[in-house]
Amino acid sequence: MDATILGLLLLDGVQSGVVYGLLALAMVLVFAVTRVILVPIGELMMFAPLSLVWLMAGKLPGTLALALALGLLWSLLDRRPWPLLLAGGLFLLALPARGLLPLAYPLALLLVVYLSLATYRVFFQPLKEATVLALLILAVGLHVAYQGLGLVFFGPEQHRPEPLLRGEVLVGLSWQGVLVLLYALLAVLALYLFFRLSLYGKALLAAAENRLGARLYGIRPEEAGMVAFAIAGLMAGLSGLLLAPITNAAYFMGFMLGLKGFVAAILGGLVSYPVAFLGALLVGLFESFTSFFASAYKEALVFLLLLPALFYQSLRAHAVEE
Amino acid sequence: MKRLILAALFLALSALAQGTLKVGVVVSATGPAASLGIPERNTFLLIQEILDRTGGVAGRKVQFVILDDASDTTQAVRNTRRLVEEGAVAILGTTTTPASLGMIPVVAEAKVPKISLAASKDIIHPVDAQRFWVFKTPQTEELMARAIVADMVARGIKTVGYIGFNDAYGEGWARFFEAEAKAKGLQVVVSERYNRTDTSVTGQALRIIARRPEAVLVGASGTPAVLPQRTLRERGYGGLIYQTHGVANPDFLRVGGKDVEGTLLPAGPILVAEQLPSAFPSKRVALDYIQRYEAKHGIGSYSTFGAHAWDAWLILKPALERALKKADPDKDLAAFRAALRDEIEATKGLVATHGVFTFSKEDHLGLRFEDAAVMVQVEGGRWKLIRTFR
Repeated sequence: MDATILGLLLLDGVQSGVVYGLLALAMVLVFAVTRVILVPIGELMMFAPLSLVWLMAGKLPGTLALALALGLLWSLLDRRPWPLLLAGGLFLLALPARGLLPLAYPLALLLVVYLSLATYRVFFQPLKEATVLALLILAVGLHVAYQGLGLVFFGPEQHRPEPLLRGEVLVGLSWQGVLVLLYALLAVLALYLFFRLSLYGKALLAAAENRLGARLYGIRPEEAGMVAFAIAGLMAGLSGLLLAPITNAAYFMGFMLGLKGFVAAILGGLVSYPVAFLGALLVGLFESFTSFFASAYKEALVFLLLLPALFYQSLRAHAVEE
Repeated sequence: MKRLILAALFLALSALAQGTLKVGVVVSATGPAASLGIPERNTFLLIQEILDRTGGVAGRKVQFVILDDASDTTQAVRNTRRLVEEGAVAILGTTTTPASLGMIPVVAEAKVPKISLAASKDIIHPVDAQRFWVFKTPQTEELMARAIVADMVARGIKTVGYIGFNDAYGEGWARFFEAEAKAKGLQVVVSERYNRTDTSVTGQALRIIARRPEAVLVGASGTPAVLPQRTLRERGYGGLIYQTHGVANPDFLRVGGKDVEGTLLPAGPILVAEQLPSAFPSKRVALDYIQRYEAKHGIGSYSTFGAHAWDAWLILKPALERALKKADPDKDLAAFRAALRDEIEATKGLVATHGVFTFSKEDHLGLRFEDAAVMVQVEGGRWKLIRTFR
């Protein structure tokens, strides 16, 4: 092991770490506001690049059908036509977007945000009084369902969208990798500013801190949940789109990414944003180094990280329930 | 649905007609192994069409009953039971190794011959009381590992590295490849694992490069086999890269693109049928299959997996003809099944799309290495024949 290898391993660890980190941030945000552990976030992440590949191949992705179906349920629940009209709008947009990168890219992103919102409205919001465990069971069910739908929509093989930027900056770091790192930095910064400066962000934090108190100040928890899911969908979609040219995308990829984001979120106790993000970096680095030293046991060792964290959390646990 | 009703109707009618032979088929037409199972199913439908046109085997109608196991072992076992109860004279399938292994006790208990379409050597080796009833058509890891090592030796390679799936596929390849390499004086200097869902294999790639092997074998299948190869190339690895025959499908080339140029892999000769020398025994049979399959599904649609199904039928058909002379399935089904098994085992020198089959009491794969494996290289996004072992 020399300095070059060390440098490359660090770089690789940071690159995967920031992606887990963004997923972890989204999970912490969603959990804080809605008490939903967003297990299917990995699937939402993978829907984005696969939809993009389908659009670029001139085909309509199956995720559009899912959006229409969820849109219909949403409209029925709300007794208003606009959610379905919105899904229809996405469908109409998809027709000219086929084969055109500048159109297909934002469309794939919008689609994932829409799916994220619809998932909240259709599945989680009706259960807002349910226990954390019930919500978790529902989330796991959705993860299984979305993964299965991914297989139906996109087939069993991997796909690779063209990278936005080609070439390598220096050994071990491609321009696309720089894009991922830049995006992570910007996303963290944007979230920070959003929560610190905007009224909406502050309202969201308030809702996360104390649901009842927030409601007394006129913050609707449903609306806060919508915003949290929209942000989570946006972050998942963007991460997926930027990451897929480096790693390939397939229906089965979401679970592991989501799970590692979850490990990081757990390291942060599902409440702390900076600890969750640092935890994600730790997971990424740990993974990179174990894959060098003991590749056959990598996954086992990464999830072994959970044990001391869970132990620590259980020692200092205090009642977070209202 | 309409097709299903028609098929059921046809089944009911044909059951009335005396002398219809039912052949049970299990394939993975859906689920993760679908890209292998679909061409297999298409091939059986193609055979059915030909049989309906030409009047079956030895004057008897033949009816394929094709069931989907959804790449799932439990479903495959259930399907097998059903086919046995419905009076199938033989079972063909299934696509994957775990499910094929699961079917063995069922066919052995019911004493029905079975020809598997999955790769692992464990399906037919050793030939014990249960595997007595089981045969298979695809090449084993062991046979293909021999081709890879032979190619490495011919190129004067001394040190090799291995990176494979952290599951039964990767472990099986590690076992057979490392044994064969050792026997031929090659040194395996590094052996790494990764998961098909991994998004980065940088750590493993760096470890391989640090040991400086002259060649690397990637023990993986399908599109997830691209990632280690791309990572090795991006990190500046300049040696030869070998893949297994598990990547011999167009998806690998599509996802791999420029990164997989120059890849060496062993394959069934049908993958490059047109480029085979005209004296190659399986060339004519392979081209015949390709032409029939492509006439129905389009140019470039054939795969090596569908050809395994075609081979299973090439073996079964003459065995059926011979067994019909010994026993009558309408009078004594058990005796006919036993006679059919004996006749399959008696297959000698049968030229098929993937090679020449000669079964024996100890060998239920029956492929001769020289006829069943060729080395292929990816060149300009196509498979190019570079070596036969004849």
